[in-house]
Amino acid sequence: MVQHEQMYSQAIAPTFLLQNKKPQTQLVFSGHWLIHQTCPSLDSIVSQLQSQKTLAVTIAIDDSFIWDSIFMSRLYPLQLWCQQQNIELDCSALPSSANQLLQVATAVAPSPKKHDEPSYFSAINLSHGLKRARKETEAFIRFIGEISISISRLCRGQANTRGIDFIYFVQQAGPNAIGIIGLTSVLIGMILAYLGLVQLRLLGAEIYIANLVTIGMMREMGALMTAVVMAGRTGAAYAAQLGTMQANEEIDALTTLGISPIEFLVLPRMLALICVMPLLCLFSNMMGLLGGGLVSMGMDITFNQYITQTQEAVVASDVFTGLFKSLVFAVLIAIAGCQAGIQSGRNSAAVGKATTKAVVTAIVYLIIADAVLNIIFSRLGI
Amino acid sequence: MTSAEKTLPQQSSQAHIQVRNLTMAYGSQVVQKELNFDVNRGDIFIIMGGSGCGKSTLLKHMIGLYQPAQGEILIDGENFFQSGAAQQIAMRRRWGITYQKSALFSAMTLAENIAIPLEQYTTLNDKDIRELTHYKLALVGLAGFEDFYPSEISGGMQKRAGLARAIALDPDILFFDEPSAGLDPLSSQLLDELILELRNSLGTTIVIVTHELASIFAIGNNSVFLDTEKKTMLAYGNPRDLIEHSNQEKVRRFLKRGR
Repeated sequence: MVQHEQMYSQAIAPTFLLQNKKPQTQLVFSGHWLIHQTCPSLDSIVSQLQSQKTLAVTIAIDDSFIWDSIFMSRLYPLQLWCQQQNIELDCSALPSSANQLLQVATAVAPSPKKHDEPSYFSAINLSHGLKRARKETEAFIRFIGEISISISRLCRGQANTRGIDFIYFVQQAGPNAIGIIGLTSVLIGMILAYLGLVQLRLLGAEIYIANLVTIGMMREMGALMTAVVMAGRTGAAYAAQLGTMQANEEIDALTTLGISPIEFLVLPRMLALICVMPLLCLFSNMMGLLGGGLVSMGMDITFNQYITQTQEAVVASDVFTGLFKSLVFAVLIAIAGCQAGIQSGRNSAAVGKATTKAVVTAIVYLIIADAVLNIIFSRLGI
Repeated sequence: MTSAEKTLPQQSSQAHIQVRNLTMAYGSQVVQKELNFDVNRGDIFIIMGGSGCGKSTLLKHMIGLYQPAQGEILIDGENFFQSGAAQQIAMRRRWGITYQKSALFSAMTLAENIAIPLEQYTTLNDKDIRELTHYKLALVGLAGFEDFYPSEISGGMQKRAGLARAIALDPDILFFDEPSAGLDPLSSQLLDELILELRNSLGTTIVIVTHELASIFAIGNNSVFLDTEKKTMLAYGNPRDLIEHSNQEKVRRFLKRGR
């Protein structure tokens, strides 16, 4: 400590000495046992005492001895060890304050340590992994079940879902997302156009760029890119909001007030996303077409040609497959975000984990769902 | 009380903490004004008063988190806000602070929490740090809980772990913000005993914000009473004297629980 440094400008190196005086062993401490000194370890004492089969040790100090916590932290494990070995450690010669602290420290017996985590590749770890997977599947199914019950209650008008919350979340997920969705969609449209142009130019068929961008955006990219952006933007926000509420015991408070957190918190978020996503998807399609148009104009295709060609390329079934996908994606993002939030742990680190989990699971869900839907559509010939 | 028994050097006669004509405000809204009091070395000093009177705000001014609107706080004769950056760090190193909600870092184990100030301010090696954290946890009755996360232990244990982190560097001054809030009477009494023990053995000056009457009388030897309405201090002295002899009825009623 600063005071020590000022006062004891002449530091005396901390030392100890184990003297074997029959019938007792004496342990003499001297010097400055202070935190900024290099204090010797007392481990050697343990081995010496063991080899000498000592039964009692008396601690003594000399005039130069001063101490702070670093001395206590050395003495404390020695004291514990002596207790275990039934060796009597007489500390009465220590300054009374040090003695007092040592008594406080040893007043409560150490509780058993936590088990070490098993190593990464081990049978125990595998079984833990399987158990965890089972637990998570159960949690997922339970969550889906709770949502289904809540929706049926909502349809019967019995749910504690507030309209004002719904409107707020529509505002959050919809209008407030227009900018970022617009920007990404224009760029995706341009990327599609550039990708196609290289190939189509070989055939002299640049005009079909309009068809490529239209089908690409309508069937696939519009819905998927909107969903990815919304998973990062809104899904993560849902997980963070609900996780924080879990940490603050707000969700417990709702439950004990007799209000289902699923109805009160999850349904408005989910319904808002379901309402907003198809609209955002349509908007994204338009912006994507615009992006394709910008690229084509740089490639000797007039804007009118592009528009005419696009009009011919748009097919109702493409638009509706995209919209249907966006509905499915909305449900998945809301489920991933809200489940991660509701089932989050109760501290700040857990909220962070829940947010990450929400985004990662949402994106995995999205890609799996997209693949499955595409297979179904192609089988059905849509 | 043998505070300066052997490790602590004798200081000059000036008080450890001096509060001079302090006014605290959030923007233009004055919380407390014209505060004048001293905290002596080795005192267990209680800051008391009704809810919302600015007790915690005063504590946050003392530990340099908030800047006074007027007046000054001198610790060892030095004003925190007029000190240079290096001096401020040196001052902070001598303070230990426990927070209302314990403020343990939730992503770290108890041992890692307590190791943080040691890693920050000392050059100890890993083994020394481990020994010190074990000892500090043992002091607060948590030996063996090194590898637990704060969320895995009870609220009372979190409070004590917070105290272990605060005393990691053997501070000169320990600040407590509502140490017994949310604790059962027995745990709160244990904590009081621990505080007394620390003061008696290390001579630490202790400043406690609380309205827990049992604690106030059990351990406090000096106090100020802050009033919400007049926005200033109504009483200053040993709470055991104030309960009968304060000239303010409000203070007597507070200390007698309204009776």
